[in-house]
Amino acid sequence: MAGLITMDDLTNEEILTILDDAERLLPVARGELYLPLLQGRILGNLFFEPSTRTRMSFETAMKRLGGDVVNLGDVKTSSVVKGETLFDTIQMVDGYTDIIAMRHPRQGAAQYAQDSATVPILNGGDGAGHHPTQTMLDLFTIRQAHGKLDGLKVVLAGDLRYGRTVHSLSHALTRFGCELVFASPEILKMPSEIISDLNAHGATITETEDLYSMIGDADVVYMTRIQKERFSDEDEYARCAGAYKLHANHLADVKSNMIIMHPLPRVDEIDPSVDVTRHARYFEQAFNGVVARMALLCKLLGITVPEDVESAGGAL
Amino acid sequence: MSNEHSMRRVTAIRNGTVIDHIPCGQSLTVLEMLGVTGSTSVPVSLVMNVPSKKMGSKDIIKVEDRELTQSELDRLALVAPDAHVAIIRAYSVAEKLTINLGEEVVNVVKCAMSNCITTNLREPLPHRLKVVSKDPLELRCHYCGRPQNLDELVNNVL
Repeated sequence: MAGLITMDDLTNEEILTILDDAERLLPVARGELYLPLLQGRILGNLFFEPSTRTRMSFETAMKRLGGDVVNLGDVKTSSVVKGETLFDTIQMVDGYTDIIAMRHPRQGAAQYAQDSATVPILNGGDGAGHHPTQTMLDLFTIRQAHGKLDGLKVVLAGDLRYGRTVHSLSHALTRFGCELVFASPEILKMPSEIISDLNAHGATITETEDLYSMIGDADVVYMTRIQKERFSDEDEYARCAGAYKLHANHLADVKSNMIIMHPLPRVDEIDPSVDVTRHARYFEQAFNGVVARMALLCKLLGITVPEDVESAGGAL
Repeated sequence: MSNEHSMRRVTAIRNGTVIDHIPCGQSLTVLEMLGVTGSTSVPVSLVMNVPSKKMGSKDIIKVEDRELTQSELDRLALVAPDAHVAIIRAYSVAEKLTINLGEEVVNVVKCAMSNCITTNLREPLPHRLKVVSKDPLELRCHYCGRPQNLDELVNNVL
């Protein structure tokens, strides 16, 4: 069965249908309603790299829908340290589970796992490659705030070179006709092959190092962390760290409905003074990871989300 | 100058392979991709930049006492997809081989990206690169999506 490796695996129509499903599942995600659509199904959580939100939200999503989860656990205590190949690990987990969510430090690992498996793979991040389930929750958050996805001006800022969330998100936003601004230090610019792909899809892109002058007419400002773990050269990291620090003072002249997003964890790119403004949306965004992943799990397991969730569900 | 005249620049070979219609200046890359180096013992003739009716100018290689295998043809397809390959036996063309650069190249070259999952050579699935563009040549790794140009491909022949 096909999984979700990159956003290219979903059509725009499928994306919108999944977001609609997610919208209806909100009371289930909040624990207000019990709807065991995935009872008897098992998710394999294979996180070869640290993760808090992605791993926990997958687990929460599965359990809220009545399913169960088995975890790889700490890589250091698994067979991976004994030299087991990804292929062999997938063969084993494929037999134990109905669907696999995976994060791996190497790029292309998700596609490799999908080619090795019979169950669907949900790519929870592969190196600096893709992170499509994050994109789905990002799109959900943007649509929740603006009521639409098309025609928005979105500023993506920070580590655009290694940041897999912005790679997947910029592809999806281009498909919905959004105007993109890429704000980053020179050495963390969006990779040229991605710019070239986006241009081939008719993207409108501005590249700049000056974040603050670009947020005045933005509908969304998407901040990212400069990822220390992606640098092999500490000096290079030191030159980029702290390049942007969005403070409440910067928001005086922005649109009233502009939202600030961040895939989290943040370090110092968003000052806590922003948290109390009407623009901060990153904690709701993290919650939306549950509902977006619930809808994705249903979609890939072939389970239809009922139109009337309230009637289909029961009290907890 | 006709093709016949250009062929006379080097003598006919008794047994081996003639690779004709190599894009001008690419013959050294072809030899590199085929693993023909200074340490190989077979005689190799190479002419560069000879006039060609079809191509304007071209390179030609003759390798004696060696017949190209399918996997070598697959490598050749990356550098010279329109080349003509003839197997020579007893001074005659015994076989004409067709080069075909399809939509995907499997187990011919490995991905050039150091962090690609396929750099773990113990992983058993094949190295797969999709042909995105034939002219100029651009391939992308099936797994990580990284684009790779000819220079990178030459350095990563399996």
